Amino acid sequence: MTLIQADSVTKSYRVGEVSVPAIRGVSFRVEAGSLAAFIGPSGSGKTTLLNMVGCLDRPDGGTLQVLDTDLSELSRLARAEFRGDHLGFIFQDFNLLPVLTAYENVEYPLVVVKPVPPAERRERVMSVLESVGIAEHAGKYPDQLSGGQKQRIAVARALVTRPRLVLADEPTANLDSATARSIIELMREMRDRYETTFVFSTHDTRIVDAVEVIFELADGAIAQTRRQGAAA
Amino acid sequence: MMRLLNLAIRNLYRHRRRTALTALLVMTGVLAVLAFTSVSTAFKSAMVGSITDSMLGHMQVHRKGYLASIENLPLHLQIQPKAMQELEAALDSTPEIVAWSPRVKLGGMYSDFQETTSVRVNGVLPEREMATCTELVDRIQEGDKAPLERGQIWLPDLLARGMKVGVGDTGVVVATNLDGAVNGMTFEVAAILESVTGPGGRDAYVHLEDARELLRMEAPEVSEVAVRVERFDRLGTAQDKLAAALSGITNQKGDPALELHDWKKLSPFSNVVRSIDLITLFMQAVLIAVVLVSVLNVMLMAVYERMREIGTMAAIGTRPRMIVGIFLMEGLCLGVLGAAVGIAASFLVVWIMRMVGVSTSFGRKAELVLDPSIAAGDVLTVAVVVIAAAVLASLQPALKAARMDPIEALRHV
Repeated sequence: MTLIQADSVTKSYRVGEVSVPAIRGVSFRVEAGSLAAFIGPSGSGKTTLLNMVGCLDRPDGGTLQVLDTDLSELSRLARAEFRGDHLGFIFQDFNLLPVLTAYENVEYPLVVVKPVPPAERRERVMSVLESVGIAEHAGKYPDQLSGGQKQRIAVARALVTRPRLVLADEPTANLDSATARSIIELMREMRDRYETTFVFSTHDTRIVDAVEVIFELADGAIAQTRRQGAAA
Repeated sequence: MMRLLNLAIRNLYRHRRRTALTALLVMTGVLAVLAFTSVSTAFKSAMVGSITDSMLGHMQVHRKGYLASIENLPLHLQIQPKAMQELEAALDSTPEIVAWSPRVKLGGMYSDFQETTSVRVNGVLPEREMATCTELVDRIQEGDKAPLERGQIWLPDLLARGMKVGVGDTGVVVATNLDGAVNGMTFEVAAILESVTGPGGRDAYVHLEDARELLRMEAPEVSEVAVRVERFDRLGTAQDKLAAALSGITNQKGDPALELHDWKKLSPFSNVVRSIDLITLFMQAVLIAVVLVSVLNVMLMAVYERMREIGTMAAIGTRPRMIVGIFLMEGLCLGVLGAAVGIAASFLVVWIMRMVGVSTSFGRKAELVLDPSIAAGDVLTVAVVVIAAAVLASLQPALKAARMDPIEALRHV
């Protein structure tokens, strides 16, 4: 089943009076349950593409469908609802809310974004915290956790709403090698357990080695698409 | 809602010093308004009480045109016996009225056989006058506090001092009656009255029958009737009822024969009261400005500092209205905190003022002891104003946060 379908997607930014193309007619597909990555040098358009798939930005031209929904048709509010209902996000800087504990950070989407009853909420939060191996740190605040622990919390937060698609922007950029490897492994496990599709924007060769589909971008266009059947 | 509240409290606690400073600023404004209101209210009630209880009464009834007359104390505009009978019935049938006192007022000359000076005289029925103006006897500085008897006069201290007259001395009051005939009567000075600020505060008092005799009244006419109500805070109700009853008392032409005025219409002190109320209003406006500026400043700073958090919340699907709610709740908490601390501080300050004792002087009224207190209505008004202003001040930063582009917000360093 195709989860993401992009056809001739374009995106430009205005810099002063000049229009600078960021994405030039990109077409690709991502199947449900796969691990995919946009790679390429800085300025190649991978984050722009990830933002458009993540409903944070709109394409100027072409069609971009996620879960059979044409994203260019959605209003600002509908995009927020779509993100809350179907997507999970993992950021390079973890972006945990500093006034909330690890437990509360993971619980936040189930309280504010996609509310569920308290008993079910507790069960789901604890379950996902155990899945990412951080349950014993549930009561700690972000500034009491290491980078790897924070990213595990971020992964748990992204997965707790049981999204169909998780988008991760450079998720290992701020982690040391061992931690980065464990986070990559964790995301693979989560994909296997929850059948969630993961799409990365990354420079990290360890992620590149781990994913199944690689879209290599250069100057806003897909230069090459690679499929790796037996990713490490 | 509880989650939002919890989040707001934690975010405010995160910047404890800034939150404390803002709350302190709001507290100072609340304290200033409530302390000023309590003292000014105490001053107003002391002055109004002094004026109404010692000479004016809460209301007065006159014959139509008496107060507006170009003549001072016009003898041709007395309440006639027939109208007085109907007025008595109206006064007695109004349950809010506890006492009333008929007066005959006249202008004359007082002579101690050596010097002569002008004097305004109130002819009163002593028991009725004391029941209506309960603090009248408290104004007696020298002499017996027993009710006036016929042939006795209470003189204001200004006159007594000026003429060096004391209790037990005799003097003559000379007055001209309605027909222009001059008459004089000898009186014994029974008491010296403290002069007070306001109309009638320097009047002499004689018995009502003496005043009528002095004016050679053929019928029991009355210049005015002073009225006391049971509850001063419900003066308006009593006034409305009595005014309705008086409207039925008409002259020969069928027009209303009498008119009713409350103390505000009779005393220039009502202008002072209005000025104090205006100052209170101005202070409340300043308070609103203080709250608006301080909370707006803090909330704008919070939005700027937390742009990445806002971007994160938006990215993971938080609806814009929820982001608005988060910041409004913080503003609400700041307002509640400032108002609560301010109200507590105000009660403390007023309690200290009551312990220490606050007094002032007004006109010739020296050592006017005030009894400041904070009314529940004032607390409620200030709390609502402060909290509403705090929420209002948070609205613009909250909307700014909710309208933020998540991508721009996430890029913010």
